[in-house]
Order: sequence, then C-alpha cells, then structure tokens
Amino acid sequence: MREQSMVPEPEFESYYGRQILKTPTWKTPDVPLYLFLGGLAGASAVLAEGAALSGRPQLERVARLAAAGGATAGTVALVHDLGRPERFLNMLRVFKPTSPLSVGSFILAPFASFAGAAAASQVTGVLPRLGRLAGVGAAAFGPPLATYTAALVANTAIPAWHEAHRELPFVFAGSGAQAAGGLAMMLVPLDQAAPARRMALVGAALELVASERITKKGLVAEPYRIGRPGRLMRFARNASVVASGATALAGGRSRVLSAVAGATYLASSVTTRFGVFEAGLASAKDPKYVVVPQKERLARKETGGAAAHTEGQPAG
Amino acid sequence: MSIFSERSLWGRLDDVQHDAGYDEDHPPRMGFFTDTSVCIGCKACEVACKEWNDVPDDGYLLTGMSYDNTQALGASTWRHVAFVEKSGAGAAPAVDLGMPSFDLPGAHPHGEDQATESGDGALRWLMSSDVCKHCTHAGCLDVCPTGALFRTEFGTVVVQPDVCNGCGYCVSACPYGVIDLRKDDGRAFKCTLCYDRLKEGQTPACAQACPTESIQFGELSELRERADRRLEELHEKGVDVARLYGRDPEDGVGGDGAFFLLLDEPEVYGLPPDPVVPTRDIGSVWKHVGIAAATLFGVGVASFVGRRK
Repeated sequence: MREQSMVPEPEFESYYGRQILKTPTWKTPDVPLYLFLGGLAGASAVLAEGAALSGRPQLERVARLAAAGGATAGTVALVHDLGRPERFLNMLRVFKPTSPLSVGSFILAPFASFAGAAAASQVTGVLPRLGRLAGVGAAAFGPPLATYTAALVANTAIPAWHEAHRELPFVFAGSGAQAAGGLAMMLVPLDQAAPARRMALVGAALELVASERITKKGLVAEPYRIGRPGRLMRFARNASVVASGATALAGGRSRVLSAVAGATYLASSVTTRFGVFEAGLASAKDPKYVVVPQKERLARKETGGAAAHTEGQPAG
Repeated sequence: MSIFSERSLWGRLDDVQHDAGYDEDHPPRMGFFTDTSVCIGCKACEVACKEWNDVPDDGYLLTGMSYDNTQALGASTWRHVAFVEKSGAGAAPAVDLGMPSFDLPGAHPHGEDQATESGDGALRWLMSSDVCKHCTHAGCLDVCPTGALFRTEFGTVVVQPDVCNGCGYCVSACPYGVIDLRKDDGRAFKCTLCYDRLKEGQTPACAQACPTESIQFGELSELRERADRRLEELHEKGVDVARLYGRDPEDGVGGDGAFFLLLDEPEVYGLPPDPVVPTRDIGSVWKHVGIAAATLFGVGVASFVGRRK
C-alpha cells in the first residue's frame, strides 16, 4: 500500500539528526479545519449567488447557510488557534501584503459579515434586497477566501509547502469547489442541484491535476507521498475519483447516490487539507528536506557560476 | 518605496533601517560576529542572556546525545551553544588556534600541536554559540500580521510582547528555526539583541559575558571587515575549513545581522546551508492565488451555464 520513494536515501550531515526548522505551532485540527471551512464557505458563496440569479431557491438557501456557517466556524477555529485568543483583533491592526495572514484577515472579516448578513436575510426574510447585495459581496470575497489559505501555508520556510506555492492555490480552489458542491448535492433536491454537481466535478479535476503536479516534485514533495500525510493524500484522491464517477454516471438521477457522492466529496476535501497540513509538519521535522535541496542549490550555483536566482529555484 | 519592490523583499539592501521607514540619521546597523574558532563552550552567553532578559527555564532534560542539553534555540533559549564531537575520517586536521589543550601538560614533548594527525581516535570539538540572525530580509517580520515584530533603529528585529497574539506565523516563516511560541504563555519570543542595552549604548549581555571574544558586538560594517581579516588569517594558517556564514549581503536573506565564522559545513552545526527568506516568492504566491481565485469564480459561473436541470 505504502508507496516507496523512488530515489535512494540521500546522505547528508546534520546536528545529531535534529530538525533545523521549528515545527509549525499551528494546532490540529484547528488550522487544517479552517483551511477546509474557508474553502467550503468561499465556494458556497459563489454557488449561492448563482442559485439566486438562476432561480434555484433551495440551492440558494443551502449555499448561503454553508457560506455563513463555514465562515463562522472557521473564524472560531482561527481564533482558538491563537496563543492569545483575546487579542484576535490585533490581526486588523495593520495591513501587510507580505503577510498572507494579514491579507486573509481582511478577506475573512468582510466575507463573514456579508455571508452572515445574506444568510440572516434569507432565513428571516428581512431586508431581502440588502440581503442579496450582501450575497454579492460574499460571492466576490468567496474565491479569495478559498484560495488565500494556500498563500498562508506556502509563504513559509516549510519546504513541502513553500515549494508547492504555484500548485497549492489550485489544489485549494478545487478542494473548496468539491466541498461546496458536495454539501449542496447532499442537501438539495436533484432538480436544483445540477450546478453543484458540475462545480464538484470540475473542482475534483482541478485538484487532481494540481495535486499530481505537487507529488511529482521529488524529495521536497516526499512528505505528500509517504507516511500518514501520504495516506491522507491518496485517500482524498481516491475519494474524489469515486465521487466523480458516481456523479457523472448517476448524480442527476438518484437522490441517494447524489447524497453519497456529495458526502464523499466533502470527505475528500477535509482529508486533502489534513494531508497538506501534515505533510508540512513532516517536512519541518526532518532536516533532510532542508539540507539536501539547499546543498544541491549551492552546488548548482557553483557550477552555474553567477547564474544566480531564477524564480524556479527552491527557497527555504 | 513600494512594499512589493524587489529590493525591499529580497537581495542586497544596504540601509535596512531606512528601508523600514527610519530617517537617514538613524544609528548604524548593529550586530554580532560569532567567531566559533575561539569558542570554548563555556555557555556564559547562555547564562548571561537568561539573566539579563529574565528568560524562563525551558526544561532540564538530559539529551544523552552530547554535552549539549540546551539542544536548540527557542522561545526561552536565545543563545544556544552547540557541541559537535567529530571523530575519525570526518574530522578535519586540527590546527592550533590558541585554544586550551585537552592533553596533560607535557604530553607532546616535542612541542607538537595538541593534535590529532596520527589519525585513529582523532577527535575534534566544534563549539558554536548560535543566536537569532537578525536577517536583512526577515521572514518572521514579513509575515507577522499584527505588527508585533518590528525593525529597530539599530537594524535588529524585535517582538513587542504587548502586541503579539500568538498566531505562530513567524515560527513557520523563519528559515533558521529560531523564533518559537512559549507554550504556557502563548506568545512568540526570541533574541532582541538586547534592545534595552543598545538604547543605553551598552553591549548585549552575551557578548559582554563571552570570555574569549568569540561573540563580538559592534557596527555590522565594521564586524564584516573584522571577520574578513580573521578568515584570511585562518586561511593563511592552513585552516582551509574556516568559512563565513551569513556574511554575504547577496545571500538568500540579504545577509545576517548576526553572522558566524564556522569550521565545518553549516548543517553540522544545525544551520541551514542556503537559507532563503520565504517572502522572496510572495509575488509569485499572490499571482497564483489570484489566478486560482479567478478560476474558482469561473468554475462557479460555468456551473450555471448549460442545460437547466
């Protein structure tokens, strides 16, 4: 079952085998759950606005509640992760484009407000026009909410995350689309759920392609292939494939099958986030992922002379 | 200057304080040059740092791996003395650096070096006092979402404990694995290069306590010249393994405010061989996030196109 690395164990020196980087202090399940909830909420907001425009009230209702619920639960998870939760508002003290967590706070805050207002208006029937306007706002902030979390993990010194910075945004976009589509497939009648099915199908394809590109990256991507994160990533991939097969074949005909496929998409999306998160932890804990690629880079610099930095080179 | 200008995120930067917004008449950039060739592993720096900065204990664990029970830099360890015992073929020939001998007096009647040229049983000690590098391009500072981490007028990088909310982003963004959260406290801590002492014109506690001047404190430009001379001197003595680490202003973090003279590969001391500030790629990161977000929006729109079913 376990995939073996295709390259022999590299030889390298270290300080008594100790890790060089600090293991990320972000808590499990808070942070991987937040990555999932942000994707679910962000993509659901887009689904909700499409449903409103195309006259699918039941899809709209489910998606609006998913957007608001995901944003609320995600915010709770994010605040709970802080070492000093009572100081969470310090996140809005400055705006720094170099800090995806800062930028993300300025995405999450308006998104949660818009999505909450849209859902409240939907449920209570109060101020419907303002509710729709808030829904448009949520749909605008939704895709950034679903994808900025990729910048959050990529803009670190953790090799498995940083070296995947081109692909992770697409993994997270696809994973969010699957989550939003999957939840709606579970809860919305077949005749209104067609857009949810299409969103999940395309999301699955997007994530599969982007994940595949990451796992092919050699040593830095090894944590995505072996151990527990490797198993999580493979489970997520297989779940996506199975759910997509079922959706394509009979998603529009069987209510039960649609619900089961939707739940499978959700499971895949959650698992991907835990897999990516834990791959990062694994890559921080082994000095090999720091030393070997950096030594290779130094060797390339020496042979390549002054052919210094190109964007394709790994950071660390 | 734009925050996204190539210069301020990556590459050589000769006036880091001005780049951070200080007026031209700011004090010179201060730093450490840690010459590990004269470190005797006394740990006076660790103790002085703890005492002056009132840093709490971080456990009394016996590692069993070496004389080093401090293990690593962390939230409550701002100086860490590494002890490397290297024996056999891996040990480069030792050269007398004026360090104390481990042999009995008179063990070498012919006045040989304390050394190990005979080969078998050859042992060499490497000791090095590690510290926060106070990078020119500091990953921790770049990613801090609250502004708790800031660049001082001396060019050093310091956490404001009254602002930090313990998000932990700095921990993952440090390419050296220096800064960490203090578990029972929740906030991030690291070396301040004794910001309080610097403001009084004093030497940081570790450098003040160092008995061999392995830890040298001063203006960074002057330290770099001093380090270059020391390196040349060692090379002339045949110590080819000596090299400077973090000295180069063109390296992946734009040079370190605290840099080192090492006698082996950096990774032997637990240092990354070629660290790069993660934010170097922030432009590429945001570009890909932007395209992915637009793709997700497009997927949403496309999902509503087609047969109504």
